[in-house]
Amino acid sequence: MSEVKIGVYVCHCGTNIADKVDVARVREFAEKLPGVEVARDYQYMCADPGQELIRRDIREMGINRVVVASCSPRMHEPTFRQVLESAGLNGYLFEMANIREHCSWVTEESELATHKAKALVAAAVRRVRFHEPLEDRYVEVNQSALVVGGGIAGIEAALKIAKAGKRVWLVEREPSIGGKMAGLDKTFPTLDCSACILTPKMVEAAQHPNITLLTYSEVEKVDGYVGNFQVTVRRKARYVSEEDCTGCGTCYQKCPKKVPSEFDGGLSQRKAIYVPFPQAVPNVPVIDRQNCIRFQTGRCGACEKFCPRDAVDFEQEDEFLTLEVGAIVVATGYETFEPEEAPQWGYDRYENVLTARQLERLVNASGPTGGKVLLRKDGEFSDEAPKSVAVLHCIGSRDENYYPYCSRLCCMASLKLAHLVKEKTGAQVYSFYIDIRSAGKGYEEFYTRVQAEGIQFIRGKGAEVLERDGQLYVHAEDTLLGVYREVPVDMVILSTAVTPAPGAARVAQIFGIQRSQDGFFLEAHPKLEPLKTATEGIYIAGCCQGPKDIPDSVAQGAGAAAEVLSLLTAGRVQISPVVAEIDDDVCSGCKVCVPLCPYSAIKYDEERRVCSVNEALCKGCGTCVASCPSGALSCRHFTDEQILAQIEEVCSV
Amino acid sequence: MTTRSYWYYPGCSSHASARDYRQSVALISSALGLDLVELEDWSCCGTTAMTSVEPRLSVVLSARNLALAEEAGGEADLVVTCNSCFATLRRAQEQYTTRQEVRAEVDEALAAIGRRYRGTVRVRHLLDVLVNDVGPDAVRERVRRPLSGLRLAPYYGCLLGRPRNDFEDPEEPLSMDRLLEATGATVVKFDRKSKCCGGALITTHEEAALLLVKEILSEAVARGAQAVVTACPMCQFNLDAYQARVNAAFGTRLRIPVIYFSQAVGLSLGFGASELGLGQRFVPAEGVVNL
Repeated sequence: MSEVKIGVYVCHCGTNIADKVDVARVREFAEKLPGVEVARDYQYMCADPGQELIRRDIREMGINRVVVASCSPRMHEPTFRQVLESAGLNGYLFEMANIREHCSWVTEESELATHKAKALVAAAVRRVRFHEPLEDRYVEVNQSALVVGGGIAGIEAALKIAKAGKRVWLVEREPSIGGKMAGLDKTFPTLDCSACILTPKMVEAAQHPNITLLTYSEVEKVDGYVGNFQVTVRRKARYVSEEDCTGCGTCYQKCPKKVPSEFDGGLSQRKAIYVPFPQAVPNVPVIDRQNCIRFQTGRCGACEKFCPRDAVDFEQEDEFLTLEVGAIVVATGYETFEPEEAPQWGYDRYENVLTARQLERLVNASGPTGGKVLLRKDGEFSDEAPKSVAVLHCIGSRDENYYPYCSRLCCMASLKLAHLVKEKTGAQVYSFYIDIRSAGKGYEEFYTRVQAEGIQFIRGKGAEVLERDGQLYVHAEDTLLGVYREVPVDMVILSTAVTPAPGAARVAQIFGIQRSQDGFFLEAHPKLEPLKTATEGIYIAGCCQGPKDIPDSVAQGAGAAAEVLSLLTAGRVQISPVVAEIDDDVCSGCKVCVPLCPYSAIKYDEERRVCSVNEALCKGCGTCVASCPSGALSCRHFTDEQILAQIEEVCSV
Repeated sequence: MTTRSYWYYPGCSSHASARDYRQSVALISSALGLDLVELEDWSCCGTTAMTSVEPRLSVVLSARNLALAEEAGGEADLVVTCNSCFATLRRAQEQYTTRQEVRAEVDEALAAIGRRYRGTVRVRHLLDVLVNDVGPDAVRERVRRPLSGLRLAPYYGCLLGRPRNDFEDPEEPLSMDRLLEATGATVVKFDRKSKCCGGALITTHEEAALLLVKEILSEAVARGAQAVVTACPMCQFNLDAYQARVNAAFGTRLRIPVIYFSQAVGLSLGFGASELGLGQRFVPAEGVVNL
């Protein structure tokens, strides 16, 4: 190997570094370090002129190792590697010293900061001497995609990918796609009907030749890696053949067993064989085994008897499919806070205390009352409309006892419901709020409009709902008047918090997605990578990442599709060469490393009696390297030699 | 039968308005295998009145009692029967163990009387002990005269689950429900089970307190309860003694006995009404006694 010639470049980062660190002194210090051919400092190393400095030195001075002392490698390591490559030098002959996040930003005294910067630069210079050129590798990308969750975000993602000519599998846990949006009445702030804008998309997704719909199905297992996932899907037994059924509805007309409808929030009844709602896609019923008389007692079978197409099949069993896909979009949605957990709001106690989701069904023309807002009496709807209604914001949200975060969409949803109730009943409507959060296009205008309609806004969280002499009272502190109020109303609507979907933990585990403290899925970067996850090739969209309204969910669905398409269209994916490797001559085949690998990348080779690393799966985390009792494992670009040199130097300055 | 030992802090009311509470607690605890050893030389816990004027002194008073329990030794918990003592002692414990500046002041005050507290005592309400240590099943086994047919409204008061603790839920407490169900009584649904009874407001802002008393009792009556069952001498007194004034103020016709859970349990275990002190109420409890 030729003589090592190191170039050191100290960045000012405007004033970010230069305000604390005396960059000129660091540069002078670096000049004298062994192996350093040239040291420079510059305002912005990441900008074009900065990059050009490096390129020129490589070309003109024969620099063959580069150290940039600037910011965290998370952002700009790829930038500088690219600079080296463009000047004909292998990108891995580069090391970055983080003198911003690790130094100037966190050190009070200038003198100490400068000292620390010197130590970090010296360590990087020592380390880079031992760097080896490494070659990036590429694998082919399977040209189909999987979308998990058939709500509006998932539908949007599936359609966009399909329209680009790629094959999509759309997996949905429920019997129909449509998600939560299918249960809404009107959408804010324009008040267009939710079903009217959603159902065409549902149908389009079902009919698109590139989309295969797998409803009433769940992903059980994901193997493989970016570009080459193997996904196991369980198709739960529907007990109705999707091929034979025409959706005529005879079966559920004849079924004698009634159970509360989940879709209507328990406000109406469905049968044991049912489609969740009239516009369901596919329009194929499913038998709810727990409630089916045939399954529970062996008698009945009315649906089978009357089905004109012999589509009912009690013998059907769960099926398993294995799909090969290149990319995955997880859009598994959300749930809402169950107010049973919080008796102070009277949800389980008083029949005219409803959740916002229930009211959505009540005001809906295809809902249990045909769109009329009616009071309940002894478990049934009466003919009487409420004369006064209270809408309580922030039930479970912004509340340390339940969920500390703002659920974001409920202010607007509450305003919309207040408007609809007022319009339909003429009732006096009270809105109990902490703050109205109406950030969005046309949202504040909608708030103003609702105020003008005569809705009474009481700034104070509804603390509790109590009944006295058959009358409901909402108790609250009116923080504008500074008084305690008890407002008598006929009906109370609870705008409950948006929470992670049940099973979010399991989904996260299956797909290798991390979750943030609130339980929602964690994006790779809160600003710049909102759709990526820690697992390459797996993207998230919609409310599984956090509360979102419909426009944001749609935007994310489309965005996730763009991520998928840029991966698929590239056709091949770069795999980092920074992976573990095993020296076969040293490996004793003890298998200690096999279960430790979080990516299942190590397999034991029975024949050769040694372990081997699947480089496509390995992330280079180093767990196996640290565990290997015989020292057979090492990690490229993080060899003992490199790391020890770095540590030694940082300690000796 | 296993005997469980506890330090017992009866609280000031047990010498006055709540003598019957103390009497009935003594009877049922020995019948259920609880050895409640009264703390020697205990004093006021420093409740509301003191908390409002001299908050730090209130903590010192509580800390002194906690120190007594600690010095008395053993692993035994300190059992209280009054919700206000429960809250005050727990608050002192919490502040002493988590706040450096409180600890310093308390240490200094205790040193002046030659005492020291290390912060190891666990304060528990007797209800907690009965439900979680003894258990409703063990109570059920010892019931000799089931209270079947008796409709009881369990009233917990506002302090049992507040501030949050690992024993009771602040909004929907259930320990007394489970205990009373074990006696064979019918426990009615009771939305105001953890609402404030007015507490000390009854002496300073009577109008406000009477309204709260009215709300609680009216719901109990509307639910068809024959008696309200309490776990606190303050609650019991407010709900029992002021019914005539509530009636005068609001034109209601309330007349419902307000007893202690220990008296209800005592009846079911076969003790007599007079030994349980049931005759000492403002509103007579005959309806409860003559099942």
